[in-house]
Amino acid sequence: MPQTPAQPDIAELSALIEAHLHLEGPLLPILHALQAAHGHIPEAALPLIASALNITRAELHGVISFYHDFRTAPAGRHVLKICRAEACQSMGATGIAEATLKKLGLDWHGTTTNGAVTVEPVYCLGLCACAPAAMLDDRVVGRVDAAKLDTLLAEAGA
Amino acid sequence: MKIRVPMDSAAKALGADAVADALRTASEAAGIDVEIIRTGSRGMIWLEPLVEVEIDGIRHGYGPATPADAAAILAGDSNTALGPVEELDWMKRQTRLTFARVGVIDPLNLDEYAAHGGLSGLRRALGMSAEAIVDEVKTSGLRGRGGAGFPTGIKWDTVRLAEAPQKYIVCNADEGDSGTFADRMIMEGDPFTLIEGMVIAGLGTGATKGYVYIRSEYPDAIAVMGRAVETARAAGLLGDVLGSGRIFDLEIRVGAGAYVCGEETSLLNSLEGKRGVVRAKPPLPALEGLFGRPTVVNNVLSLATVPVIFEKGAAHYAGFGLGRSKGTMPIQIAGNVARGGLFETAFGMPLGELVNEIAGGTATGRPVKAVQVGGPLGAYFAPARFDTPFGYEEFDGQGGLIGHAGIVVFDDRADMLGMARFAMEFCAVESCGKCTPCRIGAVRGVETLDRIRHGDASAIPLLTDLCATMKDGSLCALGGFTPYPVLSALEQFPDEFAVPRVAAE
Repeated sequence: MPQTPAQPDIAELSALIEAHLHLEGPLLPILHALQAAHGHIPEAALPLIASALNITRAELHGVISFYHDFRTAPAGRHVLKICRAEACQSMGATGIAEATLKKLGLDWHGTTTNGAVTVEPVYCLGLCACAPAAMLDDRVVGRVDAAKLDTLLAEAGA
Repeated sequence: MKIRVPMDSAAKALGADAVADALRTASEAAGIDVEIIRTGSRGMIWLEPLVEVEIDGIRHGYGPATPADAAAILAGDSNTALGPVEELDWMKRQTRLTFARVGVIDPLNLDEYAAHGGLSGLRRALGMSAEAIVDEVKTSGLRGRGGAGFPTGIKWDTVRLAEAPQKYIVCNADEGDSGTFADRMIMEGDPFTLIEGMVIAGLGTGATKGYVYIRSEYPDAIAVMGRAVETARAAGLLGDVLGSGRIFDLEIRVGAGAYVCGEETSLLNSLEGKRGVVRAKPPLPALEGLFGRPTVVNNVLSLATVPVIFEKGAAHYAGFGLGRSKGTMPIQIAGNVARGGLFETAFGMPLGELVNEIAGGTATGRPVKAVQVGGPLGAYFAPARFDTPFGYEEFDGQGGLIGHAGIVVFDDRADMLGMARFAMEFCAVESCGKCTPCRIGAVRGVETLDRIRHGDASAIPLLTDLCATMKDGSLCALGGFTPYPVLSALEQFPDEFAVPRVAAE
């Protein structure tokens, strides 16, 4: 669950990075591990990664900014992903997503003012035969309607 | 009493975990001795959660089940009763080769896997030369199930003949196409078949290391595959392969939300820890792939089909299908359908039969307006083209593609100009940015469709011209195939383009 972290400990960050250096192509596993531990990629980790992998800060920035998953700032305590792809659209996902965002007063990628939930678009969760689909953190939900989304948001404290 | 409840994420998304819990509680309350086994899904998603109760070796289905049905299911008098699962029309009409075990076995039980034919293909391959292994795949007629349809055996042969100190097998499990979920179902429902297929690919090509690149949107598949790899390693399926002295091991890697990483060269860059930008071809990944080494990049379904080809023989597999589309295809029926799910059948079934008979038309009961086949880069098919048989060449001949064999059904309320605009918008969001036709073209495409939306008919030739540029000038299928949904919508639904929408706005 992503949360606002305390100032990360440099030794701890280094240890996390070093734990992946035996892998071939370790950068994505490192970034995933950092984000799993801290909810985002901490600024303090960047020079450590660049140095450990012998790449420039610019290259590292290029990778982090390329992928939709990686964050450089904390998200809400929960992340709600609503599928926007075609199969979900065929079952009315667009209207459901718009209504939810409007109710929360958010745009895509926005976080509720109490910091509980970030709402993000996702393009397919592989739940296309029980569309529309959504995912709260790692929990998948099918045949989503306004009522189901309300329940999920209430659970998440939005 | 043995009861099976799927742990497939579609079943979980519809409440399978709560049903399993309720069955456990109800059985304790009733004092019945029950073993609850979690399986993959049979693929009848409209019946999920589908509970199967085994009586005298026959599995009786109950679905869609809710926790409130638990007691009645245990008592055998639930009104969700469907009868023997294997006798259901959906099951009987299929030819399940790749998906033979999915929904049947406990996905993480290697003994049960072996008892249902697993590992016999690998044992046979271990007695064959690399050349004979590759020949077997060639003879089977297996073509890339990711969408491109390139003959798998020929790709393997290129890697086999390449000389290098290290070769790789990379499984593309970045299944990002809307309307597709077969890779996810295999990984969650029968992960060992994918592992076995990768080991055989290693034996055939001389590769000793494999990677499965799974999209991050599939947390359940990642978890199941991770546990399956650990089990396989502990059991000697990975490492020193079944004690043969031949080495093959693999690792699971997780994507990071980039659709374009489903393109093979972009995926390789991502595995290497780079931005997932597309590489120009040549060089082919088969010669210069991961870290510049000869690499087989195959889709999950291609690799997961290899074990059954070796178990039953290439000729058996090639005996199914139509023309150059040999074997079976796990077709994923999705979107606005009465009966959605996975339906594996020999190539050749007409699209209309899939939509109207197998899927039972729309979920909303309204007329079908269009079907998008092959994901967000696939063409829309209006009912006038429903006689197209499901095959690579047959769809190509109709200006479409089968892609990863997902079909998404829309009812008569679909806004086709809106869908065309979405295709361009999606391409703009997901473009890797390397080539101009895709990076800029997608943005211009959205703008041009907005002009058309506002009644500017002069923008239509501009759109077709832009699509021609994207088709011919893009480096990969993202920019190159985005015109398919756009142009197919324009061609088949011209009335929806460039009509001033005063009343509708």
